[in-house]
Amino acid sequence: MASNVNTRASKRKKKRLYLVLTSMSIVVLAVGLVLTALEDSISLFLDPSELVERNIPEGQHIRLGGLVVEDSFKKDQDGLTYYFDVTDGAETVSVTYKGSLPDLFREGQGVVLEGETSNSGLFHATEVLAKHDENYMPKEVMDSLKKRGVYREVEEESI
Amino acid sequence: MHKFANPARFLRISRMITPWFFILTAVLLVVGLYWGLFIAPEDYQMGSAYRIIFVHVPASYMSMFCYGFMAVASLVGIIWKHPLADQSARAAAPIGAVFTALALFTGSLWGKPMWGTYWIWDARLTSELVLLFLYFGYMAVWEAVDDRVKAARIAAIVAMVGAVNIPIIKFSVDWWNTLHQPASIMKSGGASIHPDMLWPLLISILAFNLYFVTVVLWRIQSLILRRQIRGLQMRIVEGRQNVEGQNHHG
Repeated sequence: MASNVNTRASKRKKKRLYLVLTSMSIVVLAVGLVLTALEDSISLFLDPSELVERNIPEGQHIRLGGLVVEDSFKKDQDGLTYYFDVTDGAETVSVTYKGSLPDLFREGQGVVLEGETSNSGLFHATEVLAKHDENYMPKEVMDSLKKRGVYREVEEESI
Repeated sequence: MHKFANPARFLRISRMITPWFFILTAVLLVVGLYWGLFIAPEDYQMGSAYRIIFVHVPASYMSMFCYGFMAVASLVGIIWKHPLADQSARAAAPIGAVFTALALFTGSLWGKPMWGTYWIWDARLTSELVLLFLYFGYMAVWEAVDDRVKAARIAAIVAMVGAVNIPIIKFSVDWWNTLHQPASIMKSGGASIHPDMLWPLLISILAFNLYFVTVVLWRIQSLILRRQIRGLQMRIVEGRQNVEGQNHHG
């Protein structure tokens, strides 16, 4: 009698387990499909290649992300307008921006820009955000890495 | 496991160990934060501003850990009907909500000077905000549904369905492009934080984890006691009614 009750209870447990597992897989599948469908709107920015590929019309407000090209940074005579190039390794876009730059903005660093392209191909940024990478190290370590010439490799790996 | 699912035995054992967990939490928290905030070297790019990492990363990690704990406890509650499982999940929810709020707040403070903005609707930040709302929703179910058995079942479903968000938060920085940087500790090829900074961070994470264990044990204890008090009150009321009934007859 007791064992009979036990088997019935364990059968019910098994049934609940299967029910939960099946419903969870359906939820995961549904969420997965939704996220895949929304991929473009979830991604924060386009990289320069996507900007070129997709033929974004002039004046359309978008976000552009990439690395600031070394030695491309220039300041206008008014001291407030900046010019620099942003690249993803394949394509490069020239940018102009008037305003203040965040602390982490520097050449070789990732940035996310908000703005629009003009007919000259220049990207007019209205907002510049600096992207931080996932590396943390003391100044001295970075200095010695640079001295030994290892730094460039580290940086390229993280792209 | 069944042994510990007995509320009376749970009360006895947890009362014995919580003071020790509390002391350990306090010691590790002081060590981790002091090491991180005062001894650890400055970052080569962010200087001392990076030190908020010693609060931000443990809080963010615990916001997800706590939800995972709730989801597993809810699963156990719904399938095996252990008396303590639903209570554990319920006890964990407000703690997780506080961790999530702390993660969002410290992240926002960090974002302004470094990125140039307090907030951006990128996948990492948005999914973490969704997590905060999931905690609120879970807690609201317990408050809104009077029938305890029903409340436990609905809350468990919320916890398990919401658990889908946890891998989304974790991998958001890999699946989509975001302003938030990718993982620095749990990533292939080892951590990309210098050991002098990583050690205090790991101690801080452990301290936050122990804090969670301590508080969740306290909260489960108080939920069990509250239930016992309610049971006793019911019995008193019933007893009074019986006495009154007898008086009427007499």
